[in-house]
Amino acid sequence: MLRFLAGRLLTLALTLLAAAAVIFLVLEVLPGDPAALILGVNARPDTLAALHHQLGLDRPAALRFPLWIFGLLRGDFGESYTYHAPVAGLIADRVMVSLPLAFLALALSTTLAIPVGVFAAARRRRIGDTLAMAVAQLGVAVPNFWLGLLLILLFAVKLAWLPASGFGGWSGGIWHGLRSLILPALALALPQAAILARVTRSAVLETMGEDYLRTALAKGLSRNAALWRHAVPNALIPVLTILGLQFSFLLAGTIIIENVFTLPGLGRLIFQAIAGRDLIVVQDLVVLLAGSVIVVNFVVDIAYVLVDPRLRQSPPR
Amino acid sequence: MVMGDARTRWSARRWLIAGVLATLCAAPAMARDTLTLGMVLEPPGLDPTAGAAAAIREVTYDNIFEGLTRIDGAGHVVPGLAASWTISPDGKTYTFALHSGVTFHDGTEFNCAIVQFSYNRARAPDSTNAQKELFEPIADIACPDPHTAVVTLKRPDAAFLFNMGWGDAVMVAPNSAAGNQTHPIGTGPFRFTNWVKGDRVEMARFDHYWGAAPKLARVTFKFVADPAAAAAALLAGDIDAFSNFPAPEILPQLRADGRFAVVIGSTEGKTILALNNARKPFDDIRVRRALAYAIDRKALVQATMSGLGTIIGSHYTPNDPGFIDLAGTYPYDPTRAKALLAEAGIASGTHFTLALPPPPYARRGGEVIAAMLEEVGLHVELVPMEWAEWLDQVFKRSDFDMTMISHTEARDLAIYARDHYYFNYHSDAFRNLYQTYLAATDPRTEIDLLQKMQRQLATDEPNVFLYVLPKLGVWNARLHGFWVNDPIPANDLSAVAWGE
Repeated sequence: MLRFLAGRLLTLALTLLAAAAVIFLVLEVLPGDPAALILGVNARPDTLAALHHQLGLDRPAALRFPLWIFGLLRGDFGESYTYHAPVAGLIADRVMVSLPLAFLALALSTTLAIPVGVFAAARRRRIGDTLAMAVAQLGVAVPNFWLGLLLILLFAVKLAWLPASGFGGWSGGIWHGLRSLILPALALALPQAAILARVTRSAVLETMGEDYLRTALAKGLSRNAALWRHAVPNALIPVLTILGLQFSFLLAGTIIIENVFTLPGLGRLIFQAIAGRDLIVVQDLVVLLAGSVIVVNFVVDIAYVLVDPRLRQSPPR
Repeated sequence: MVMGDARTRWSARRWLIAGVLATLCAAPAMARDTLTLGMVLEPPGLDPTAGAAAAIREVTYDNIFEGLTRIDGAGHVVPGLAASWTISPDGKTYTFALHSGVTFHDGTEFNCAIVQFSYNRARAPDSTNAQKELFEPIADIACPDPHTAVVTLKRPDAAFLFNMGWGDAVMVAPNSAAGNQTHPIGTGPFRFTNWVKGDRVEMARFDHYWGAAPKLARVTFKFVADPAAAAAALLAGDIDAFSNFPAPEILPQLRADGRFAVVIGSTEGKTILALNNARKPFDDIRVRRALAYAIDRKALVQATMSGLGTIIGSHYTPNDPGFIDLAGTYPYDPTRAKALLAEAGIASGTHFTLALPPPPYARRGGEVIAAMLEEVGLHVELVPMEWAEWLDQVFKRSDFDMTMISHTEARDLAIYARDHYYFNYHSDAFRNLYQTYLAATDPRTEIDLLQKMQRQLATDEPNVFLYVLPKLGVWNARLHGFWVNDPIPANDLSAVAWGE
């Protein structure tokens, strides 16, 4: 186990370093000068030079890269060119929106999708299955931003139950923050739940065709008991894989939903930072997101081991 | 008894409910004094002296920060922190009488030393002021007494008082200037309270303001990038006003709602099809004029801005002093355009690129213009660009054929007199006019020269002048006091209040 963990940590460090080098290089070759963006079309050359100096951009890239990496190692994420604030604080604020949103959306989609998927598999080719899968098909096809707008029109404009946009913040209590996240979480969760339900259904159906299930039924287990005790646990592996992918997406890939609901999340920060050539912010975010994807995959791997005892044994060599 | 008891309890409860209802009804009757104003872009920092973004001014100008002069909603120069001024006959010495009893939000006193500091900071070698050029004519700032500032210029500058009303020329204090990017401290009617980055900026009435106290006690600027979300936030009542709504096509829906006032004004955004005058064939005046004839500006404004936006024929807007309407100089006439192109030796099917920065006016407008130029036999390739790319390739390196862009700076005829500017216009005649204008000290000569410059540009047509971006004001119909036009980027909220 220790060797396993050490190996994982080494992979983590190497992947992060590679991600850092790649994003730094890409931003170096990308056209666009942060100072020109800040100072606009009337900037004089001497003003641009003064700002380059102030931002530290007059130093060569070969010096800026190690300075940045050593800063990261010391926990210094640098200062944003546009917000003039420490990047660590900026990211922390956004994480307080994106992480709860991702968890909420994931919780909603799994509680919805897994029962529906199992139910559909159990009633294969019957009316319940057909209906559930038709709805799921619709869910896959509906774009989440459109769903988001519909939710806003119904729950915020028409019924005025929840705010149409913006984030209330956590300082006013859990409900204060949560109520701004409910609609966006729903908009994110429903299309994902649709995918997850279809995956769950086909995974359960596949296990139901296995020999051990026939044996279980033959030894007199009821269809339901066989389903929940044998088919569902064995069907969880592909479901977990999809969940891991969906969670990584939910962390920073939600920019469209963040725009529709005007949420200050990580997706909008990274988009703004790229458009504004806020180089340090982009670099830090890419490293952070690469790191979080690796961590999520690690958690999924551990979950595989938990649900599948066969994976606990060392692989044959 | 039992019955009686129940009745008493029932009536007590009824009183309670009545009381609650009364308070609920009474609450809206009290005059509202808070405002949530929507904006599309979040400002990158809150210091108007350290960045060019219009969004910085739209939050801070005349709310948090003030200058010696200010520009009012009609585009006139009016007294700001300077109560009055006199100009020497040679036009080189400006003596400003400063208001006394003015303090910054942190209690720092405003006086002539602050004027010296602010202007010297803006023109210092290490200055990062985006409009450093405005301060270039200043030779010296003297303080004969704390409430008099004497600014001496190297040469007369007809635009000086207007320029000192820009957001870039506001007064900042030595002990707080460095922190203004994140915690702005000025002399204005509102003091900064909070910035939730990515979401909103909050400010509150400054109780020790030297001028008339603003009606609003608290103001929130909320940043909403998506037009559909902006409309929903207005309809849900989360946002009270958009001084410039992002999508003209949604306006009819908001107008029909009845709760909102929809007020169409004008900005300073001169939208042009800029041509690279140094590159063939755009160095040929016949080609530039042919392009002007080939574009149906009315149809363009209809297709991209729902018909809102004033058509112009020069680099000047109806808000500006001495404006003359030159929109009819090159009426839509594709036959004439084809004839001019043939005369200039441009073969049918000649290929050009059109660089398009991100705003919708450019991305949508570019497609319409490409289709119109196709009609006269030119093949236009659209090249969408990020701002960073546009600034680098088109603006800095001048590597482009045509680009669609809106020049939002007020009264910026000066760009046509520059040695190096991205569209590479060189006209000695225009430069002479501009130099004479700068040196003019009499308002009638100034107006005459401003008109001559507009005519010169319409004649030379260095760029195809299209239309002025409209200001699409949408606010709760009970609100009043907003600017109708945007002579400079600003949301001056000092006069905004809720009515009955």
